[in-house]
This record gives sequence, structure tokens and C-alpha cells, in this order.
Amino acid sequence: MTMTNSTLTESLTFDCETGNYHTFCPISCVAWLYQKIEDSFFLVIGTKTCGYFLQNALGVMIFAEPRYAMAELEEADISAQLNDYKELKRLCLQIKQDRNPSVIVWIGTCTTEIIKMDLEGMAPRLEAEIQTPIVVARANGLDYAFTQGEDTVLSAMVQRCPNTPSVTKDLKEILPTQQKNLETVGQKSSLVLFGSLPTNVATQLTLELERCGIQVSGWLPSQRYLDLPILNDNVYVCGINPFLSRTATTLMRRRKCKLISAPFPIGPDGTRAWLEKICAVFGLRPVGLVEREKKIWDSLQDYIALVRGKSVFFMGDNLLEISLARFLVRCGMIVYEIGIPYLDKRFQAAELDFLEKTCHEMNVSIPRIVEKPDNYNQVQRIRELQPDLAITGMAHANPLEARGINTKWSVEFTFAQIHGFTNARDILELVTRPLRRNKALENLGWNQLVKI
Amino acid sequence: MKLAYWMYAGPAHIGTLRVASSFKNVHAIMHAPLGDDYFNVMRSMLERERDFTPVTASIVDRHVLARGSQEKVVENITRKDKEENPDLIILTPTCTSSILQEDLQNFVNRASLDSKSDVILADVNHYRVNELQAADRTLEQIIRFYLEKAKTKNDLVIEKTSKPSANILGIFTLGFHNQHDCRELKRLLTDLGITVNEILPEGGSVTNIKKLPNAWFNLIPYREVGLMAAKYLETEFTMPYVSITPMGLLETENCIREIIHIIKDLDPSYDLDFESYIDNQARFISQAAWFSRSIDCQNLTGKKAVVFGDATHAASMTKILAREMGIRVSCSGTYCKHDADWFREQVDGFCDEVLITDDHTQVADMIARIEPAAIFGTQMERHIGKRLDIPCGVISAPVHIQNFPLGFRPFLGYEGTNQISDLIYNSFTLGMEDHLLEIFGGHDTKEVITKSLSTDSDLVWAPEALVELQKIPGFVRGKIKRNTEKFAREQNVNEITLEIMFAAKEAVGA
Repeated sequence: MTMTNSTLTESLTFDCETGNYHTFCPISCVAWLYQKIEDSFFLVIGTKTCGYFLQNALGVMIFAEPRYAMAELEEADISAQLNDYKELKRLCLQIKQDRNPSVIVWIGTCTTEIIKMDLEGMAPRLEAEIQTPIVVARANGLDYAFTQGEDTVLSAMVQRCPNTPSVTKDLKEILPTQQKNLETVGQKSSLVLFGSLPTNVATQLTLELERCGIQVSGWLPSQRYLDLPILNDNVYVCGINPFLSRTATTLMRRRKCKLISAPFPIGPDGTRAWLEKICAVFGLRPVGLVEREKKIWDSLQDYIALVRGKSVFFMGDNLLEISLARFLVRCGMIVYEIGIPYLDKRFQAAELDFLEKTCHEMNVSIPRIVEKPDNYNQVQRIRELQPDLAITGMAHANPLEARGINTKWSVEFTFAQIHGFTNARDILELVTRPLRRNKALENLGWNQLVKI
Repeated sequence: MKLAYWMYAGPAHIGTLRVASSFKNVHAIMHAPLGDDYFNVMRSMLERERDFTPVTASIVDRHVLARGSQEKVVENITRKDKEENPDLIILTPTCTSSILQEDLQNFVNRASLDSKSDVILADVNHYRVNELQAADRTLEQIIRFYLEKAKTKNDLVIEKTSKPSANILGIFTLGFHNQHDCRELKRLLTDLGITVNEILPEGGSVTNIKKLPNAWFNLIPYREVGLMAAKYLETEFTMPYVSITPMGLLETENCIREIIHIIKDLDPSYDLDFESYIDNQARFISQAAWFSRSIDCQNLTGKKAVVFGDATHAASMTKILAREMGIRVSCSGTYCKHDADWFREQVDGFCDEVLITDDHTQVADMIARIEPAAIFGTQMERHIGKRLDIPCGVISAPVHIQNFPLGFRPFLGYEGTNQISDLIYNSFTLGMEDHLLEIFGGHDTKEVITKSLSTDSDLVWAPEALVELQKIPGFVRGKIKRNTEKFAREQNVNEITLEIMFAAKEAVGA
């Protein structure tokens, strides 16, 4: 691959490479979802390979008595000498006895796909037998990358959300909070947000909407499985993360919800655009958002001074890339390439438009978007382009640093709090950290740490 | 099916990849779905490796599932051959390819026609062997492949080196303190007048494998990896091997005696006064013998300890504690179930009971029942110890990044005995200090929100803000509380609500 392939363009261009790239397995979503949904238990049905990944990727969390475990498939399971149903029943009864969760989530893996284990078929039977809901999500590496795991779990959970209490029902019978919700949205429609966020970030976004006069009637996922939001054809839904396209589809097709397509609330620009879009749908005029956004930008000036004019290269592994790139362009950075595992152009339509608009406004060329990238080719391009920052997985970070390229691990963006006005600073804190650190070491003459 | 939360030894392909990526200029291609290449992350993060890990995946996706890998694997091999120009490419099967049952050997045969590099298929079955067994097998497979190749090409040199020499087999990437042990072993051999012929696989080159038979003998420092290769070399080239792990004073002595015995067999004129070397090292160069005798160590007499780890380290450690320091080993165990007989025989007489399991809950239950004064185990035992408030010294893989120290920390040889003495002593002392702290009430209760000393705050926290504050991780909670209160005072606000909290965060940018 040469420079010509990386030349910046005037309009959005989409390339697709070989898909030989490094990312986390989608079963890693267990790590944050079991913490988010407090009464859940996640059972990953897979092999030692899956278990070893979770153990190594999640580090110390494993020692905190996690509410997840492996159902480790052994040779007798693979060759069907054992009965899958009986085996799963035995394990789920044990889980029920030890933890008594409100829901058990089965995570199907590559192996269950290949041996065609009928998880969706077994779950309802077992559920009836052991009296604990069982949700099946196929989060495997054959089909999905990293954060898409959450997408598969949430879209499976959509089916479990209750229907709304009928509108004709006496209002007194409805719980006070629901009553309040119904009143604020004129008893016609309500808003449910989907995407797993740390609870305090969810609270922050809920407050932002409240300021605009919009009451959030529920979140998918909720803090507890038992509190899943009500969904029906009166419900507007809006995503907070770019990797939730399956969930969006399921909400629309299965529950007839109305999807609000907006940029994602990442960065102050994204947050404002997100709020404005929701307000527009509800026929409200947002007050003070422009000033609020400006105030946040003003508070970021010290960090923006560090990144302005610097170049960045996204190798791509978690699907947050488009939104982050858009925010960084607004901060004055030049984005060379946006690698991304998978791009749903419909679900990300508003975000893509916003990226294009932002590039025009900032008077920079539009970066090349590379779906299913090839890491080997990307490293060649990084060598030629010498970006000021490469946002990359941990497999490449140290080797690139040793070759004098500043890197930021992409995984941190998944685990850090990056949504809403309040957390914009945290994104820049992450982005500027390698720049700040390496600035301090700049004059020591040790930038190249491999023999060439 | 097995309900599993944690495992001691990883899946088979990890062992193969560890051996493959330890060699110079060897590339491994995994036949695996997206996301299975996290070995690269482990190597890059734990070993802080500067170079790109020479492992790529030939991705198994839906299309492969439907139609088979067809040209994909072959293309990936030939592509890597051109890009990296490796000496050897190892196609590595995973659990996924085990059940797909594609004819990977056929791909290898086809790819090797078009490649300059050698291409082999790692002979490991995911469902039959674990990480360590697979590593052992892969090392043997590579050595066998190159020696047989040399045989057919007739460029095998069997002639022995003029001076006594040894190969060290089994040093490899992500091994517990392997790099340091290797340096210490080289020093030990040099002291004995023995040159090092080849070290494999770490830093070795496959083109040098044909020179392996030049050495007088093979040294296998760790039981888990290298033994198969040593046995192959013994039957094929009548090369003797030493597999006594030189860990602890007595075992180092045994290892040296065994080496000298082999050398004297081959060259009766060899006349190093090794007895005085051993004596001098043990009494004056290493500090371990003197330390055991000192009154510090007296305090440890009869204290209860539990040992758990891989077979090599757990057995050696048990013997050190029992024989060299007078500590009572209440239970000694290993997760190397495939090597249980050897382990039992080694620790026989040095501990009260033996535990062979790869289920960490059994280990935790055993530790809880025995309540030892210290644990010597893996990272898992360290965390079990944390929960039970028992100190733990880490002596074996699986490990974390802190077990890849930058400083020189061998476990083998005479310097190793010093390191181990420190480790043992520090584990026990810290435990005692902790206990004293407890007695004199040193710790905060967990409900306290901040560590600030004054409580005369005039600010009121709204209940929901207080709930929010509790959600913030403990180590930053105090800072956030202080910053929020400062902000509230500046704004002349008396009640801290959620709004104020978030506004404060935006204002200070913390």
C-alpha cells in the first residue's frame, strides 16, 4: 500500500480490505454488561480459548467473584456424546442455586455455531423448567467484532421488554414515575435510550434531556433486568453508541418503535447535535444548548492547543471510530484514516453526514474510511504517513511506540466515560496523554527503540 | 460441560504460539475466528515486546464456515512468506479448526510448494492437550523437522565440540522469569567451564537446529517444556540430558553433580574441582545458606505454608521451604495434572498433603481450611490470599505484568537462591506487619466517604448526589468530594445536588 491509497479526499469514500485485523472477541461485552445489569448472570458457552481470552482481557475483574462463567465445552460435548440440554440444565441449576440471578444470559460462541447447538431452541424449554429467564445472544468471532457483542445481547433483550400499560387504563393504577413520564410526553409517546453506559453517565445524559424538557422513560439495558423499559409503537428510541445497529433494527421491526437517527453524544458537538435531533423529533426548541456547547469548548482550550494541527490514524477495532474522528476533526486534528470493523451506513447515517459537514467547516479533507482493515497494510501506511498519533489495539501499541509513533490504546475509549458534555474532557485526556507524556521525553533522544 | 471461572493453563494453541514466536524469524499463522489473536496482546503487554508479534490469523468467518477455507489459508501463508520472508511458517490450529476438520495438512503441502520458507502444521489437538503440553510438543516437532531435513540433505554435523558444551532447551516467551533464569544458567555453565551451544527456542534460529547434536548434553531447566525434545535427541543422537531444575541450593548442587557426571563420562580428563566450587558458592557466594542459619529465619521455623503452581516450581519450592528453611509445608500442589505422578514422587516426605487439581476453587478451599501463614503460588493464589488476608509470594505462571520485572530476578542458580530467600522472607514479614496493624486498629471502615480529617463542613449533600458519590471508585472519591465542595462554596451553594456535582466536574475538568 502506498501514499496514493491514503490520499485525503473531498467526499466520503469507503474502502474494504481483507479483514486481517486485530480486535477483541465480542464475548468481551460480558465484562461491562454483567456490571451494568446487576441481577444478571452471563454464561459463555465455549471452549478454553474463550475462557482464556476473558481471563486475560478482563484482568483482575475475575477475582471479584464475577457474575459470569464459562460453560466449557469438552470433547464429549463436541462429539455429541453428552446431551447439551441436560448439561446446560445442570450448570444453570447450579448458577441458580449459587447466585439466584433474575436472568441468565447465554453467550453463544464460535464453537456453538459450528456444532450448531440450538441455544435458541433450548432456552425457552429450560426457562420454563428452572423458572429463570434465559436470554440467548450469539456474540461470536465468526460474525462480529468487539463492541458488537453488546449489540447482540441488547437486541436479544429487546424481546424481553414489557409492553406499555394500556393508555385507557386508569392513571391511578400506574406507578407514579410512569405517570409522570406519560404526562410530560403528553401521554402520546415516550423516549427510551439504548446502549450500556456507566450509571452516572446515564444520569448525566438523562439530566441533559430533562433540561430540554424531555423525560427519559427508560434505558436499555436498565440497572436491573427486572426494570427493563416498556416498548411499543408509541415509543421513540435513540442509540447512544455507534455499534448498536442490530438493536436498532430489532427495536423497529419487532417492537415497532420509532428510531431517532442522530449523531452520537460523543464530544460536545456530538452531544448538542444528539440533543437537538431528539428535541426536533419531540417538537421542542432547545434552549441554551449553543451556549452550553461553547462553554464546554472553552473549558477544553488547554487540551485543544495540544492537538490542533496534529494528525491521527485510527486502525479500527471498536466501531467508535467515526464519532471519535468527527470530534477530533472539530478539535482541529487531521484524520488520515478511519479504520472500522463494520460500518452500518444507515444506522450511522447522521454521524457520517456530521463528519462530512465537520470536515468542510474545519476546512480539512475528509478521511478515508476503511472497513475490515488489514493491519499489515495499515502499519505500512503508518510508516509512510508518520501520524502524530495512532489509535490502535494493544497488540500494536508497544511495537509502534518502539518505532517512534505515539499511540493510544483504542480499548480505553470503550471503558472510559466519553459520552455527554461533561465527559468531553475525558476523551481529550486520553487522546493527549501520549502527546503530553512523549513531549516530556522528547529531548532525550530515545524515540527509536528498535535496531533498524 | 464444565462450569469454569478461571484456568491455570491456557488452550493448546497458546503453547504453540509461545514456542513459535520465541524463535527468530518464525511466523505463526492461526486458523481462527476474529478475536482469537489476543496472544499478540499478551506478548506485547506482558513481555513489553518491542517488535510486532510474528503471529497473524487466517480468519475463519461465515464464508469459511459455508465453503471451507479453500484458497484462504494457502494465500495467507504465501503472502506472509513474501512480506516477512521468515525461515519457517507454522500453521496453528485452534479449537475452531479442530471441529471444522479441514485438511490443514493439505494446505500446508500446497503452500510449501510456492513458499521460500518451510511450512509445517503444528501437531496439537485442542481437546487433548493444554498450553504447556502443546509447547513441549511443538518444540520437539520443530527440532525433529529440522534435524530430519538436515539428515536428508546430508548437512548434519554430529561431531561434538572440542570443549564441553550444552544446549539449554525450554526458555521461551511469557515464561515465568525465563529470561533471567537463562542468564543465570549461562553464568553457571561458564563457571563450570562449559560453553553454551544453542538456546532454544528463545532467540534461537531454526537454521541452527542442525547444530544441536554438537553439544555434549542438553539442559532442561523446566520440566514442562523441553523434555520431549530432549528425549528425542537422546534416542536419535544418544545425547544425554539433565532435567534436574537448579532451583534452591540443594537442587542446584544435584544439577551440577549430574552435569559433571555426564562430562566426566565423555571426557575423563575434565578436572574442575566442582566440590569446592559448590561448597564455596553455597557457603559464601550465595546468601541463602547463611540466611537460613541466621536468627531472622529462626522465626519462620515450623510456620505453615501452602505451595501451588506448575510442577517444576511447586516441587522445587516445596523442597526449599521444607529442607532449606525449616518451614512446614502443609499442602503442596500443582495444576499439571498430566505430570501428577512425577510431582507426587518429588514432594513425597516434604509436605503433609498433595493436591493435584486445575480447579481454583479447590485450591481456595484448601487454603481456607489450612489457614497457612503464607502462600506460594500463582497470581490466582495471590488473590485468594488477598481475600483471606494471607500474604502470597508468586512463584509460578500464570502471571501478571508485575511478574515480568525489568531488574535481574532469576529463580534458578545461585543468584536465584538469593531472590527466593527474599521472596519467602518478605512474604512472611509482611503478613506479620499486617496482623499487627489489625490489632492496633490501623484501617478505616468501608462506609467512610472521604479521608478528609475535618468534618465541620457546612455543606449539605442531597441524597441522590450522595448515592452518586458512593458510585465513584474509592480511590478518587475523596478528591471528587473535595473538588465538588470547593466548587459549591465558590458558587455560594449550600446544597450539593446532582446538577452541582456534574457542573463541578465540568468546571474543574477532573
